[in-house]
Amino acid sequence: METRRVPRAVSDPKVRQVGFFAPGAPPDRSQSGPPHPASSSPPVSEISPSGNSLSPVMIPPPRHLSADLARGPHFSPAAPLSPMRAARDSIPVGSYNPSEFVAPTASEFTDDALSPNWTARRSNSGKFASSLPAGGFDMSSLKQNNFPASSLTTVSIVNMPPGITEKDGGAGVEVQKERSKTGSKASLKPLKEQTTKAERRAIQEAQRAAKAATKGDGSKTPAASSGLGSSANANPGKAAKASPQKKDNSPVAASEKRGSDRPQDKDRKKDVPHPRMQFDDKSRVEKAKKRSVVKQTEAKNRVELFRHLPQYEHGTRLPELESKLFQLDPVHPAVYKVGLRYLAGDISGGNARCIAMLQAFQESIKDYSTPPEKALIRDLTSKINSYVSFLIECRPLSISMGNAIRFLKSKIAKLSLALSESEAKAILLSDIDRFINEKIILADKVIVRHAVTKIRDGDVLLTYGSSSAVELLLIHAHELGKNFRVVVVDSRPKLEGKLLLRRLVGKGISCTYTHINAVSYIMHEVTRVFLGASSVLSNGTVYSRVGTACVAMVAHQFRVPVLICCEAYKFHERVQLDSICSNELGDPDMIAKVPGRKEIDSLDDWANSDNLQLLNLIYDATPSDYVSMIITDYGMIPPTSVPVIVREYRREHLWT
Amino acid sequence: MDFQVVVLAGGFSKTLVPLVSKEVPKALLPVANRPVLSYVLELLEQNNLKDLIVVVESESAALLIGGWISSAYVDRLHVEVAAVPEEIGTAGALRAIDHHLTASDILVVSGDLVCDVPPGVVAATHRRHDAVVTAMLCSNPVSGSTESGSSGVKDKAKKRYNIIGLDPTKQFLLHVAAGVEVEKDVRVQKSILRAVGQMDIRADLMDAHMYAFKRSVLQEVLNQKEAFQSLRRDVLPYLVRSQLRSELLLNGVQSEENGNDKDASQNPKIVLSQLLANASTPSFHELHALGPNGFSLSPRKTHKCCVYIASNSNYCVRLNTIQAFSDINRDVIGDASHLSGYSFSAQNNIIDPSAVLGSKTTVGPQCMLGEGSQMGDKCSVKKSVIGRHCRIGSNVKIVNSIVMNHVTIGDGCSIQGSVVCSNVQLLERVVLKDCQVGAGFVVTAGSEHKGESLAKKEK
Repeated sequence: METRRVPRAVSDPKVRQVGFFAPGAPPDRSQSGPPHPASSSPPVSEISPSGNSLSPVMIPPPRHLSADLARGPHFSPAAPLSPMRAARDSIPVGSYNPSEFVAPTASEFTDDALSPNWTARRSNSGKFASSLPAGGFDMSSLKQNNFPASSLTTVSIVNMPPGITEKDGGAGVEVQKERSKTGSKASLKPLKEQTTKAERRAIQEAQRAAKAATKGDGSKTPAASSGLGSSANANPGKAAKASPQKKDNSPVAASEKRGSDRPQDKDRKKDVPHPRMQFDDKSRVEKAKKRSVVKQTEAKNRVELFRHLPQYEHGTRLPELESKLFQLDPVHPAVYKVGLRYLAGDISGGNARCIAMLQAFQESIKDYSTPPEKALIRDLTSKINSYVSFLIECRPLSISMGNAIRFLKSKIAKLSLALSESEAKAILLSDIDRFINEKIILADKVIVRHAVTKIRDGDVLLTYGSSSAVELLLIHAHELGKNFRVVVVDSRPKLEGKLLLRRLVGKGISCTYTHINAVSYIMHEVTRVFLGASSVLSNGTVYSRVGTACVAMVAHQFRVPVLICCEAYKFHERVQLDSICSNELGDPDMIAKVPGRKEIDSLDDWANSDNLQLLNLIYDATPSDYVSMIITDYGMIPPTSVPVIVREYRREHLWT
Repeated sequence: MDFQVVVLAGGFSKTLVPLVSKEVPKALLPVANRPVLSYVLELLEQNNLKDLIVVVESESAALLIGGWISSAYVDRLHVEVAAVPEEIGTAGALRAIDHHLTASDILVVSGDLVCDVPPGVVAATHRRHDAVVTAMLCSNPVSGSTESGSSGVKDKAKKRYNIIGLDPTKQFLLHVAAGVEVEKDVRVQKSILRAVGQMDIRADLMDAHMYAFKRSVLQEVLNQKEAFQSLRRDVLPYLVRSQLRSELLLNGVQSEENGNDKDASQNPKIVLSQLLANASTPSFHELHALGPNGFSLSPRKTHKCCVYIASNSNYCVRLNTIQAFSDINRDVIGDASHLSGYSFSAQNNIIDPSAVLGSKTTVGPQCMLGEGSQMGDKCSVKKSVIGRHCRIGSNVKIVNSIVMNHVTIGDGCSIQGSVVCSNVQLLERVVLKDCQVGAGFVVTAGSEHKGESLAKKEK
């Protein structure tokens, strides 16, 4: 995701790249010209010039069409109970007078089911703009539907025109009957024209309303950013939350809902949060908060040095996101699930997170269909953008994920316009599969094959945390019959090493398990250190789970070779000298609490004390001086050769 | 989000006689002058769930409920009503509409639920764990009103507690037993206990009847186990019992694939799934499936049964007893007033502008007076709900009661802790305490009743 940073030549003075970068520096990789993964900047239009032809009028697709069709003939046509009931609107609902409840049953009306609505819509098409997306209606009436056994009766339809008098209904029935005699097809035509007019009008109104709404929002933003306080800022969020109900009150009722969904969608893709937002910049944070899907409460007492990193009150985010499950229309369920699991911490590890994300994207691409009058390339890119911004809100992206997203987007951008939708989708799906297979699975195999040559009989290997590549390596070496011992070093609070230990012991490898406090003691007997990495940066810095640097330094001091196993897709051209400017903060409660040991929970209400700050860093940067060798799918290289891989192989493999 | 919502609205519940009558099925019982079903429908609407299937027991109830929904929710919800025979049970009801279920997950909500827990949380928990079933639990409601405890109904309510076993993280359901079965002892499965290591047994949780089911599993269970009648008593315990030795064809395609590729263990797909599995913290299900040494050739099949426990700040009660009916009515205009959807006056009550009050008549806080109701002089109303178009004479005292619509109350009556259904006539000087008066009943002048259930004889 860090494309925005200037990928400078390594020869530049290093100090200059460490500070807080101004966002939006142009990437100097123009010849490959991938769109910025998360930006709305103009490059997008370069890719598909045709996208400009996007007409301002977006005709909402018939809403219930697909649903009705999918359910097939089980469902009766929408039974016209409602006009009848609506006519008697004055009857108090709670009055249980039996005579009033001799409701018109659905079966009475099956033949000429929809006619009242039709005529009503025809005559008042302007007025009843709300009847607009009831496209499913028209279709279901065309089918001659009979009631099957134990059928469902549709008693209420979302977009039915309200308040038709009984007379209208009755007249409509007759008219419809006559018409159906003369020929149903002929009778359909004028109707359709009428509705489209109504549609157009509704859309216009909706757009006007949406514009007004955005204007209103816009006028609020300066006030908010000038620091009017949290109450002012909370308002827009609330408004957005309550919007579904509010919209119903507006004159264009239902149609507006459809209409305004789109602009929202548009806004979303424009406002993909900057992946490296500086979170100590208050006005930006407020802005980001407003558009975020997940309501994020900033943690109160954060460590001064790490204020620029996002830190939220972890306890509040998950329930918030969960309760909004059904309100997040634009997010595909698969993506949503992955995001939820990131947030809950169910998935961790660079490879696994990347694969999970790619698989979710595959699901969403499978279900994707280009809306009319849109180009697949542009629309899908914006879809992916919105998914990515959702995932970022759940947990900041890892570098591996950023690279994978870049890859996917470049693939989308490179699709030829001549391809049909299904072809394009098939190509993308196979591309993603290929990426997973080649860049992750096969790469791991190659790494294992290289690395296993470095394991000799009698070795004592030390590993830290739980790295998938190292695990594969150890298991493979064991299968080859090498005779070695493993020291698994672990640390609180995640204790990932335990899981690794469990699997290694299950395979019959003899292991020693210790915590990082004891690393200097155990290092005496170790002959090799194998570590995983979240990323390798182009100055050879290894960006990995916090604690890795400590282990590497101790190993260096004891003159034990440190070998890093990292797939080449995780390499990044960024240069980083410390682990401050770019990092991730975990849940501070995790280090404050020790599960199962109540007696030492002395930090229980730490959040209330102003002069206590907890720091739960997720990553750290290991300087290249402490790294003996990086084992990657292109072979075993010294840390100084990373830029070569980034420069040469990245272009060749990732961008083509 | 690929969820389908089924609302089980019930029919003419036997437990709620005499409140429920031929004209008023359970789902249409008024809570603060709105049918109880509307609370569920509105909750779903707020959460953007607008395609619903409402399942109603018996045709006539379906007609009534369908009629009401179509008048109240035109243009807002897309509702389909299905009528199923009576006494078919919740599982039977779902079996009957089996062929309409198409989405990958089904959200089943009871129509008598009054709560403010967004269904999204249940669905999200369900999705996150890839569970076969997720149930929502809430803490047991505090039964009985604070003053003038209606002892007549209380002992009935007392029996309804469940024994629920949870894992230490409070995410998985390990044991369910309904109150009636617990009379003697609780039998806990050894295998589950061994796999989890620790089980919290709670008796203070109530099943809120909001479930998320995986559709394929639900349909499989319903089809295979013909005898299953109730979701809560049969299906849920079955799923919980068998979670470590699953007989279900979970994602049938995948298991087949795995079987075929067994010989080619270098298959990237297996490596991939293993990689993903290793990355996530395994629940006890996965650990159990892999066997004691963390590796076995034929993993045991398991499935997950999750729970979502509503926090105490949420309101969540089911209207399944008469006691609950009056409790909910009291709460909706009192403590849980955000549910009612009305705006309260400064005196913390709701009096419809068209209601007429006589001189020296007082309506206390937490009261509600429906439209067109008339009250005579010197009346006093406390903590009560009065429906529409009631005619109430002078010198009437109504405390802690629910008076439905079109009720005529004569002068000098005193009503305490009672439920008076629609079209009831109370003649002069009737004294009711903790009574239920069925629809259309006429209470003779001057009579006194205490803890009785008065209703017309069913012909």
